Amino acid sequence: MARFVLRRLLMLIPFLFLISVVSFAVIQLPPGDFVDTYVRNLEVQGGTVNQGQRAAIEAQYGLDRPVYIQYGIWVKHIAQGDFGNSFLYDRPVGDILKERVPRTVGIALAAMLLTWVIAVPIGIYSALRQYSVWDHLFTFISFVGLAVPGFLLALVLMYVVYEKTGWLVTGMFSPEYRAAPWSVAKFVDMLKNLWLPLLVLAVTSAAGVIRVLRASLLDEVKKQYVTTARSKGMPEWKLVMRYPVRIAINPLISTIGWMLPALVGGEVVVSKVLNIPTTGPVLLEAILSQDMYLTGALVMILSALTVIGTLASDVLLAVVDPRIRYE
Amino acid sequence: MTETATHKPQPPSGGSGKRQTRSRADRHYVNRRGAELLKEQRSARGRRQRRIEERLREASQARLVRARFTKHRLATASLILLAALYGIALFADFVAPYDKLQRFDDAQYTAPTRVHLMDQQGNWHRPFIYETRNELNQETFQYEQKVPEEAQRYPIKLFVKTEPYKLAGVVSMEHRLFGTEGRPVFLLGSDHLGRDLFSRLVHASRVSLLIGLGGVALSFVLGVVLGGISGYFGGLADSVIQRLIDFLISIPLIPLWMALSAAIPQGWSGIQTYFAITLILSLVGWTGLARVVRGKVMSLREEDYVTAARISSAGHLSIIRRHLLPGVTSFLVVHVTLAIPGMILGETTLSFLGLGISAPDVSWGTLLQQAQDVTVVANYPWLLAPAAFLVFAVVLFNFVGDGLRDAADPYSR
Repeated sequence: MARFVLRRLLMLIPFLFLISVVSFAVIQLPPGDFVDTYVRNLEVQGGTVNQGQRAAIEAQYGLDRPVYIQYGIWVKHIAQGDFGNSFLYDRPVGDILKERVPRTVGIALAAMLLTWVIAVPIGIYSALRQYSVWDHLFTFISFVGLAVPGFLLALVLMYVVYEKTGWLVTGMFSPEYRAAPWSVAKFVDMLKNLWLPLLVLAVTSAAGVIRVLRASLLDEVKKQYVTTARSKGMPEWKLVMRYPVRIAINPLISTIGWMLPALVGGEVVVSKVLNIPTTGPVLLEAILSQDMYLTGALVMILSALTVIGTLASDVLLAVVDPRIRYE
Repeated sequence: MTETATHKPQPPSGGSGKRQTRSRADRHYVNRRGAELLKEQRSARGRRQRRIEERLREASQARLVRARFTKHRLATASLILLAALYGIALFADFVAPYDKLQRFDDAQYTAPTRVHLMDQQGNWHRPFIYETRNELNQETFQYEQKVPEEAQRYPIKLFVKTEPYKLAGVVSMEHRLFGTEGRPVFLLGSDHLGRDLFSRLVHASRVSLLIGLGGVALSFVLGVVLGGISGYFGGLADSVIQRLIDFLISIPLIPLWMALSAAIPQGWSGIQTYFAITLILSLVGWTGLARVVRGKVMSLREEDYVTAARISSAGHLSIIRRHLLPGVTSFLVVHVTLAIPGMILGETTLSFLGLGISAPDVSWGTLLQQAQDVTVVANYPWLLAPAAFLVFAVVLFNFVGDGLRDAADPYSR
């Protein structure tokens, strides 16, 4: 077991390395380097940059050196907790990350829980009452759920809520709570605003989970031990819940692997639509204004957290399911 | 899997030759059962049954798949509708009554034009539209379109003559599928610049539907090559490619797509941007396909006929091409069908965020950009029409892919 965990942790190293390379490529790819952008932004604001200042900035980030050395400098700074500066917000990128990333993570995790809350009962019901009206209905809905991108669902739900109640679901807090310290009232207010994005994310990812759960439970209830238990007179409800469901739920942990990237990615877009102050709107603005340090850092942090989460789910699966061999 | 029926099946006994030589022995009670069988064989039903069986024996894999697929009614219907959608996309210039950029004066945010069949006097006509006037509703203080009394009718005509254009940029034409004279018809309303949403939608479907095909074609090549290498050679190449796939599927796609599309220079032409987006989408899209190919190739590699080919000193490349790839074709087709909607959704998401296709080109995503503001949608709900098309197309692809999966699996039923 310890060796298995260790191996997984070792695998994390090349992954994190690759992520940093990809993120650095993101910074490098756009035409012109970011000093151009920086200078242009300053000039738009009415400031001027002389040649000396420009050279100083270039030297600071090693822009006059070969690319791989630039990469090395960038990584070294990050290892020291310095993600560079955001031109767009005129703040250290690290501060923006500290503010926004936990919200994205929180929303993604909450959406994951909600996905299960929605998908598990539906999946169990669909499998136990295969080909019933409800099963067909859920199958159909999950087909449509797979077809509707999150931003669209958010848009339509927002529109419906607005039409019916005249209430615009947007942002994370109502204006009066935005600056207020945390309190029960503020938390309730947050839930009032966050139910829509959470629902959108959960519904779009629930479709896949329902399919997985339904298929694995259908396999399980056909097994002989179920027949044996039934012939011994065990009540159906207790029987199903105690054995096949417990086994069929295990693969759900392994679905974290593909759910998490989709949720994080979906959160970015849905937050943009619903104007929630997480990484989504910042990432989009950073990209549109070519604030490449911010973009690179966001891509890197989001990717790294997702990869770590996925590997954690692997370990979790191995702990929960004794059938997994540690190899 | 080519159509190679190596042996013709034996002609069924009891054919026409036997009829003349029927002897008295046939009528003996011991042979009665035989006579009954004979009779059944000669009956219309029996003959039909036999013909089907014969055909099944000779049928190629492709034919069997097709036969099983057509039994799946939902999938067949979806395929036909999809073909129609692609037809509309290809002939967009002809189907759309107006150009995607044509503006109409005083037609900003016009609600969908109502098509009538009956006039104010209660007489029936071919489909026509009425002239309308903007009137201020005294209760809601919003402009509404009212049909004045004694309004003039404008019939909707088929194959109307318009200014010349080039169909798909090649064929010169000057007719369009339908249109009106004297007054524009907005089947799905118009946008903030007074452009016909239906025409724009039709033009946009060309970009959106074809980007799915393009992206899949690219990821198909990558997936087959890398998956094939991974499965066939195994060893180090396999580990490296597998880790790469593990890596790619564990990072969140959308932020990466967004960041990559920032690298598209703003001065690029529509076509260049289009290909860049396709490239970005397929950069990650190949992973799923590579996994399928790898798994199949790995299991096929151990088959006897592959060993036989290797012993007769066939090269790696020819073994892969002639013996392994045909075995995975059906799975590839299924996977590709199911991968297209993902590409379409990816493009739509990027364009919706303003990172994909940009004006003057249109795609479903750019059309939906106008609907970003809920207050706008609340006033002009027809702006959500592209969403319906998008969901429709994606659902169709999913149904077709599902039907194909059932049909392509030789062990189903």
